Amino acid sequence: MSGPPSPIRRNAPRFGSADRLVPHAHFAGPMPWVIAIMIALTVIAAGAGLALRNLAEHARAEIAGGLTVQIVEGGPAERARQAEVAVAVLTNREDVREVRRVPEAELDALLEPWLGQTGLPEEDAIPMPALIDVRLEGPATERRLAELRASLTASVPSARVDAQAGWLAPVFEAVRSLQWLALGLIALLTATSAAAVWLAARSALGSNRETIEIIHLLGGTDGQIARIFQRSIGADALLGGAVGLLIGVGAIVLLGRQFARLGSGMVAGGGLGIAEWGVLAAIPLVGIVLAMFTARITVLAALRRML
Amino acid sequence: MSDGEGNIVQFDNVGLRYGTEREVLSDVSFTLYPGSFYFLTGASGAGKTSLLRLLYLAQRPSRGIIRMFGTDVITVPRKALPAFRRRIGVVFQDFRLVPHLSAFDNVALPLRLSGVPESEIRKPVADMLDWVGLEQRREARPATLSGGEQQRVAIARAVIARPEILVADEPTGNVDPDMALKLLRLFEALNRLGTTVVVATHDVHLLKKVPDSLIMRLDRGRLSDPTGALRYPPRRETVVP
Repeated sequence: MSGPPSPIRRNAPRFGSADRLVPHAHFAGPMPWVIAIMIALTVIAAGAGLALRNLAEHARAEIAGGLTVQIVEGGPAERARQAEVAVAVLTNREDVREVRRVPEAELDALLEPWLGQTGLPEEDAIPMPALIDVRLEGPATERRLAELRASLTASVPSARVDAQAGWLAPVFEAVRSLQWLALGLIALLTATSAAAVWLAARSALGSNRETIEIIHLLGGTDGQIARIFQRSIGADALLGGAVGLLIGVGAIVLLGRQFARLGSGMVAGGGLGIAEWGVLAAIPLVGIVLAMFTARITVLAALRRML
Repeated sequence: MSDGEGNIVQFDNVGLRYGTEREVLSDVSFTLYPGSFYFLTGASGAGKTSLLRLLYLAQRPSRGIIRMFGTDVITVPRKALPAFRRRIGVVFQDFRLVPHLSAFDNVALPLRLSGVPESEIRKPVADMLDWVGLEQRREARPATLSGGEQQRVAIARAVIARPEILVADEPTGNVDPDMALKLLRLFEALNRLGTTVVVATHDVHLLKKVPDSLIMRLDRGRLSDPTGALRYPPRRETVVP
């Protein structure tokens, strides 16, 4: 028998064909679908959080400088007179951008769902205050509000001045709570995804123990072996991420259409911009990185128990 | 004890026990020299496989010192061990082929682990399979190979990266006498190229087949030296126990 063929030796531990060493089927199974569900839920939670933020910011900007002046006067004539004086006083101020007396017809239309048909004779009707919608230059701070109240009540004793932001403060609080809830959901989903990958990596390690031992004894490094699993989970996460993103974006678009049909000005401010869609599209990428990182850490920790 | 210069493996008072059981290897001391051919003999349960596991760095001893390639491998950091393992070729008693890989991919495994580019893998692996008579079975999975064919794939995998030491655990246990002799000639050819060969066997007839071999005998975990293999310089004389 002739001598053995001349072999090639290298010592650099690169690993060109790592993905051929562990069969993918052992790592795949339900993993891509678990990741798809997690990514879809994360995209929906993040989309909801961003929409709520936009909604709150839009509404806050809308009413930041908004004031409502009520002329609470029983006599219709006196009420009309004081309302005219109030409009005049407010219009002459430099810090007031816009003054609009809400027409009686508009008030009646607003109250009709609660009070029924209006247009009764004056003596039979419930006396309603005259309303003046005011927009200030800049936000309606407490200090400006107090100063405006003082200047107005000197000539219009029945005037009551309220910042519109004050009325909506509980709504903003609720929106902020919902944003925190969305953030909490994202954190929980991230932790759950990492745990699922950890379990899958442990299971794959178990089912490929024999192969891993052989690679280990033939001089494979921990990094090489971990890379095999990283690539495997990376492929699963790529598939799951793409499916999850599609489901998540689909759900957001459908919900967006539903809310748009409500025709509410406040809800309309909750639309997502290009940058926000970009953030949602980045979620699967973050998921892939997280899954690969978790797989690597899990495999390296398990390999450290071997010699 | 010397610093290991001129030898490739040095065991000094090595002991090994599993858990709280009695030692399976006791006070084992020997030196392997480059280019030598060793047989490790002993009855079943004498500790041959345990000694080989220490040799191919699958196990740390419970006590003693092991130096390989001039380095104390007991105290060497764990992350440095793969580099040592890549210098050792192993033929496992149960072959340990990767079940989902073809014969070709199994033989290519050590080269891929060493980072050899795919373009440089094809020819040497094909040549090696041809050398062990399995060129026609290159795409076969281990499950479809006979015991002898699996053994030859395991041997081809062990020698493809031209190891400095070849450790073989009962490499002829599953083949007929003709194939056993053929495999032995293969080890000799590799040995002539400078590889130190250690073959564990309990087949006394095999020992006669390699005239220049040295014999280490294990008896209930203790090493004896029937050929002077453990002396320096080793006495090159075959004595069949």
